Amino acid sequence: MIPAAFDYLAPASLDEAIDLLARHGPDAKILSGGMSLIPAMKIRLAEPAVIVDINGIPDFEYLREEGGQLHIGAMTRESAFEQSGLVRHGYPILFETAKVIADPLVRNRATIGGNIAHADPANDHPATMLAVGATIVARGPNGTREIAADDFFNGFFSTALEDGEMVTEIRVPAPTARTGSTYLKFERKVGDYAIAAVAVNLEVDEAGHCTSARIGLTNVSDVPMRARNAESALIGHAVNAKSIEAASREAAAECDPKADLRGPVEYKRDLVRVLAGRAIGRAVARAQGRTH
Amino acid sequence: MVTTRTTPEVGGMGHSPRRKEDPRFIQGKGNYIEDIKLPGMLWMDIVRSPYAHARIVSIDASKALAIPGVLAVITGKDLEKYGLHWMPTLMSDTQMVLPTDTVKYQAQEVCAVIATERYIAADAIQAVEVEYEELPVVVDPFKAMEPGATLVRPDKGKDTNHIWHWEVGDPDATDAILKASDLVVKQDVYIPRIHVASIETCGCVASFDKVEGKLTVWMTTQAPHAIRTVLALVAGHVGLSEERIRVISPDIGGGFGGKVPVYPGYVIAIAASVLIGKPVKWIEDRMENLQADSFARDYHTTAELGVNRDGTLTALRVKTLADHGYADSAANPSKFPAGLYHICTGSYDLKGAHVEVDGVYTNKPPGGVAYRCSFRVTEAVHTIERMVDIAAHEIGMDPAALRMKNFIEEDQFPYKSVLGWEYDSGNYHAALRKAMDIIGYEDLRKEQLEKRAKGELMGIGISSFTEIVGAGPSRDFDILGIKMFDSAEIRVHPTGKAIARFGTKSQGQGHETTYAQIVAEELGIPMSQVQVEEGDTDTAPYGLGTYASRSTPTAGAAAAMAARKIRDKARKIAAYLLEADEEDLEWEPGKFSVRGNPDAVKTIQEIAFAAYTNHPQGMEAGLEATHYYDPPNLTYPFGSYICVVDIDKGTGQVTIRRFVAIDDCGNIINPKIVEGQVHGGLTMGLAPSLYEEISYDEAGNCLGGSFVDYLVPTAVESPHWETGHTITPSPHHPIGAKGVGESPTVGAPPAIANAVVDALWHLGVRHIDIPMTPARVWKVLRDHGVEG
Repeated sequence: MIPAAFDYLAPASLDEAIDLLARHGPDAKILSGGMSLIPAMKIRLAEPAVIVDINGIPDFEYLREEGGQLHIGAMTRESAFEQSGLVRHGYPILFETAKVIADPLVRNRATIGGNIAHADPANDHPATMLAVGATIVARGPNGTREIAADDFFNGFFSTALEDGEMVTEIRVPAPTARTGSTYLKFERKVGDYAIAAVAVNLEVDEAGHCTSARIGLTNVSDVPMRARNAESALIGHAVNAKSIEAASREAAAECDPKADLRGPVEYKRDLVRVLAGRAIGRAVARAQGRTH
Repeated sequence: MVTTRTTPEVGGMGHSPRRKEDPRFIQGKGNYIEDIKLPGMLWMDIVRSPYAHARIVSIDASKALAIPGVLAVITGKDLEKYGLHWMPTLMSDTQMVLPTDTVKYQAQEVCAVIATERYIAADAIQAVEVEYEELPVVVDPFKAMEPGATLVRPDKGKDTNHIWHWEVGDPDATDAILKASDLVVKQDVYIPRIHVASIETCGCVASFDKVEGKLTVWMTTQAPHAIRTVLALVAGHVGLSEERIRVISPDIGGGFGGKVPVYPGYVIAIAASVLIGKPVKWIEDRMENLQADSFARDYHTTAELGVNRDGTLTALRVKTLADHGYADSAANPSKFPAGLYHICTGSYDLKGAHVEVDGVYTNKPPGGVAYRCSFRVTEAVHTIERMVDIAAHEIGMDPAALRMKNFIEEDQFPYKSVLGWEYDSGNYHAALRKAMDIIGYEDLRKEQLEKRAKGELMGIGISSFTEIVGAGPSRDFDILGIKMFDSAEIRVHPTGKAIARFGTKSQGQGHETTYAQIVAEELGIPMSQVQVEEGDTDTAPYGLGTYASRSTPTAGAAAAMAARKIRDKARKIAAYLLEADEEDLEWEPGKFSVRGNPDAVKTIQEIAFAAYTNHPQGMEAGLEATHYYDPPNLTYPFGSYICVVDIDKGTGQVTIRRFVAIDDCGNIINPKIVEGQVHGGLTMGLAPSLYEEISYDEAGNCLGGSFVDYLVPTAVESPHWETGHTITPSPHHPIGAKGVGESPTVGAPPAIANAVVDALWHLGVRHIDIPMTPARVWKVLRDHGVEG
């Protein structure tokens, strides 16, 4: 549990960080919260030659509403989501997601940018960001660009980030009055990755029909995924026990889990069905203003 | 009700003073192995096998040795020159220190690197190039017993992986009773391989002084004196003589049985220090600890329990395959290769029993040590408590009522069990009744029926366990021939303060407090003025150490007996000072007075001063005593636990709604420490019930070798423990105490398992092996037609 030797660089600005990343190329790894990187280094699964520690960059941790969106600085700690009244009341799905990540010690260090950029299909934020239709802002040697969450996760631990690019901000659209959303995770014990988790973000009109739905799934495929068939089973339909059941069965069918110590494939699929049903039900109740 | 004879200032038995050891622990000022730093100290790290069974073709250390700061790479061939490549286990089996030709399990030590810095050592183990030739692997103990199975230990010269057969009880009588019973319930029960996962991993600092020829070893050991003797026996031929070996066990961050064995790392570090002449430190990392150190449990049992329609339990037959990995490295008393497993008739008055256990070698890490469990008692209790519940359900009788009907009656104690134990004392009915009253048992059964009618799954589980601890009487109990007494040495200083030293070693149990309280109880010296020391073989009296809940039953008894010797001498001095006959003196804690003359008083402090300044002519000066306590019998703590669970039909998750634990550990020394022990023990009982297991794939790869997959429950997973006690003193123990550290770990798993099965019995579920993970329970639900 002793990492290999590495050089440690601590840029004081974003420009300097981008510069260092360009100079060291693939030898460099960004250290944000370090909650995935440091364990990997300790068991020598990762042996980066250079660590670029971005914790010293100012104005990198923030949560603010602007232009109908929540702007989140990439270095915002998970614990900030738990403590923010704005998030808790305005973006309950983000609160619920952060709250079930690992444990309080980890959440005090872990960052949203790291959680997303690491692109571990077992991480919790990717599914939520797919569900809320977030935008990921990246910056590199060629400037800044915006990437839709749908386009961001493109393979096993792989993202649309180019070499030398880093995540600087995440933007989440503010929910409408008819939006209901939730994140429901099932884990073996606190601190574990999800056996499966479901992020639901939907709108229900006054007649009780689902007008939009986005569903993200955690740790049941190689890549953080949307359950598009499940979404289709809801959109345009009256939300009731039957349509929710149909959607949750679609989610179970379209996910692609692997067997591991968390359980066999059949269990994980069925768990997606159960969790999707419960999460959709909760989101619908919230959309209809029946619960918070 | 806990009673006290001393004031809170004196703090004898029954008081709950704050623990004397806590100020240093709370302030981070403990002194653990990792805190020990000596001038010139070197570091050791170990190359471990990626394969479960392989021949070592070659070890090329040249690249490692080329790293600046790397001093040596030690292989089995190097140790072979000194005859140190093999060592005995505590069960008189043999175990490699380092291999000369083959490795037998994944993560086994292959060779060791000695370097000037920890980080350099870690780099160097990666630079050692080992070529392996993979060999066939046998992981399943049943397959290991088949003819023609791959031999794990060809060095034994036997054509089988079978290690030993052990049995107790009358097979014919048991068979006859079972045949005559109305019903015999039969069940396979597997108790999985688990790991104590103490917060501090194992390690040592070995320091050999070439000038003095003296070896000092600071090590994570629960039994420093026995370790010293073992070192002298195995390394005597290279010049290590027992008077020149000092083993120091400093603060220990949890042991639970995992720090009883001698691990190869200790021996290699010692050899390295002797060869190089400098101190060598070795500290395992967490994954090494989980993957290579001695495991616990791994018992495959088939049990049969006879029951008559009226609810009378008749006889028990048990057959067990014990998977010991590649070596029997358990730490049981010599006479008992399966430990005290034959306590498996439990709390019930059975007329017949027969137990057979067969030890088997497989390509897995060695062991069979405890996990906060006195020598296989958890295995025994799980078996009988599961079987009793199955019997109750089969004949349609309430599990509480069946227990009440079959408990050994209060007036049957001391009770001779059919398998040969003499239970010292008990009142099983009272403990179960108390637990039922607190939890509201009858109402819960009504609620369960209502829930069942609505399709909801709720279960109630009982465990009425009998423990067997305090090993043990010298007629039956030894480890490698050393009898299992334990010791206390008390010296009262001239100013009336005292130092007390013991052969045991606390790993968090609070000995510095409880032993001081025993001395305070017996002598009236305030416990705050009694300094307790353990763990240094140069200063402490010889003892077998702390495990198997034996400290209070053995060393605690020795403390009382040594204190009484001091009191006897104090009486003589008091009689001299008061010019009275000894027979006319009355003792109350802290002073003697002359009967009928309450003003004629000498306090223990005055007497102590006189012992050094004004002692009677012809009497030895000083006020001290040593006692080696050989217990006349074991002690038999017991308790009744009741657990209520709700099961999520969708996810398979078991939620413990309530858990009531009534423990009886005899007289209580410190109620707060007992409560803490019970909380910790219950959580360690919860662990294998729902979470923990180390399993292996067919290639012998360890699954669960890190905290990602070895799921130690936290405060979040732990229910609110509702604890209470009854008090049934041990009649043979000097202070009537029995030991408590392991009772809850032993008692909790069957209460949880019984509750889960109780919730599902009406669906046709008879048994589920632990750990009852969500995936495992989900499978049972779906297999029985339950949709979520």
